[in-house]
Amino acid sequence: MDTMRERFAPVVSRLLDEDPRVAVVLAEIGRDRFAEAERRHPDRVVNVGIREQLLIGAGAGLALTGMRPVLHTFASFLVERPFEQVKLDLGHQDVGAVLVSAAASFDWPAGGYTHMAPGDVALLDTLDGWTVHVPGHPDEAETLLRHAVGAGGAKDDKVYVRLSVQANRRALAVDGQRFLTVREGRRGVVVAVGPMLDAVLAATEGLDVTVLYATTVRPFDGAALRRATGAAGTDVVLVEPYLAGTSTAAANDALADVPHRVLGLGVGRPELRRYGQIEEHVTAHGLDAPSLRTRIAGFLKPRAGA
Amino acid sequence: MALMTGDEKHGPAATSTLDALWVLYDRVLRVDPERLDDPERDRFLLSKGHGPMAYYAVLAAKGFLPVEWLPGFGSYDSPLGHHPDRVLVPGAEIGSGSLGHGLPIAVGTALGLRAQGRPGPAVWVLIGDAELDEGSNHEAIAFAGPAGLDRLHTIVIDNSSASHARPGGIAARFEAAGWSAETVDGRNHEALHAAFTAPHPGRPRVVVARVEPKNAPAPVQT
Repeated sequence: MDTMRERFAPVVSRLLDEDPRVAVVLAEIGRDRFAEAERRHPDRVVNVGIREQLLIGAGAGLALTGMRPVLHTFASFLVERPFEQVKLDLGHQDVGAVLVSAAASFDWPAGGYTHMAPGDVALLDTLDGWTVHVPGHPDEAETLLRHAVGAGGAKDDKVYVRLSVQANRRALAVDGQRFLTVREGRRGVVVAVGPMLDAVLAATEGLDVTVLYATTVRPFDGAALRRATGAAGTDVVLVEPYLAGTSTAAANDALADVPHRVLGLGVGRPELRRYGQIEEHVTAHGLDAPSLRTRIAGFLKPRAGA
Repeated sequence: MALMTGDEKHGPAATSTLDALWVLYDRVLRVDPERLDDPERDRFLLSKGHGPMAYYAVLAAKGFLPVEWLPGFGSYDSPLGHHPDRVLVPGAEIGSGSLGHGLPIAVGTALGLRAQGRPGPAVWVLIGDAELDEGSNHEAIAFAGPAGLDRLHTIVIDNSSASHARPGGIAARFEAAGWSAETVDGRNHEALHAAFTAPHPGRPRVVVARVEPKNAPAPVQT
């Protein structure tokens, strides 16, 4: 299976062919994969060098002239380093862009903390109007990238697509908007985000819980969560591949008028200061199936007197 | 400009730009308040959003916004803030205030026009000499020269407000990146016009407009 990042360049290269509004801006990272597209569209594939403030600012300028910019680099250099450009050059200028990140929370553990961005989605949550896609499979990444760019559809909204080498074994039919119901139960709702689905399904095997699958987390599909709580009750566990608790407020808002409990699982806040392999970081953050099972079952167990 | 009060702190910043703005809007820019969305219009991006009184005054004089808006400057119901907002101000191509954002956006604007096969529109951005402290400008300067963005023009209003600077350093910085550069008297309208309209084939252009130092009294305008 290819990775989401390997899927990114061919998909967006086709979108460049299909729609003259589409432009790609890179900051060295990922450039080789766009070499052919750059030959075909030299004015619409632009590498600005290792200049991430310019990456976002130039994207905003392209959008101001009516283009649909796709901006790409590692998450830490796309969202965190030029955050004020994301806030002002896109949000305050009232223009859109598609930000596509790679490396995610710890795709390259040997690279260390400088190349980890578990806080990217939480950071975007401080801003208004962002759509956030977190695909869990390369096929879903293709669907969501096409949805985000909206080639031919005159789209001009602000979209973040978070690509990762972590992936589920098979793709589901995601639509760029709604949560999917993967399993139905009566003793709680577990929301698995993107690449967390396989681990969540393994962790909840035999537990009487509803599992929702979320690949578009902003806007948060609160209606789907509410519907699920109708049969499964209002104990909710969120399992996210980025900073733990990122969507807890959104889940609380969706259930504001009913008594409920929410457990937010994800990447821990303390800096781990470890290199190694992805699986080792998954385990260290308690996101492997056995750890998830312990934490989910512990949260959902019948309380005394209940 | 006297109609706008409440931002006297930025009075020197505002008056430093007045002559360059007037020459640009009066004699150089191809913009029309009746055709704000014309894709063939020139783009002027005020990056130095501090002290926008001169900018608003010129926009009002050229019919982009009603003169009656000026006295409300900075009030809750006014579209004219102490930093401009493109969503609120007719003719403003960008909102600014945080320094160092205009030049990168101008680079993208020039790229977008080039990608759409529109060689006609010129892109102008006005920044201040102290604003050049922001590293984002240097990302844009270093890219635009080698990229040959010859429709891109930068005006640096130099009122010696940067705390750490060397004489001649501004033009030299741009020239090192391959820009066409000229330093002129920022109060001399003919000199400004000549510098704004000089040809610069294949290269972006910077005009450094030197005015009296920030803390010196402004000359009497006639």
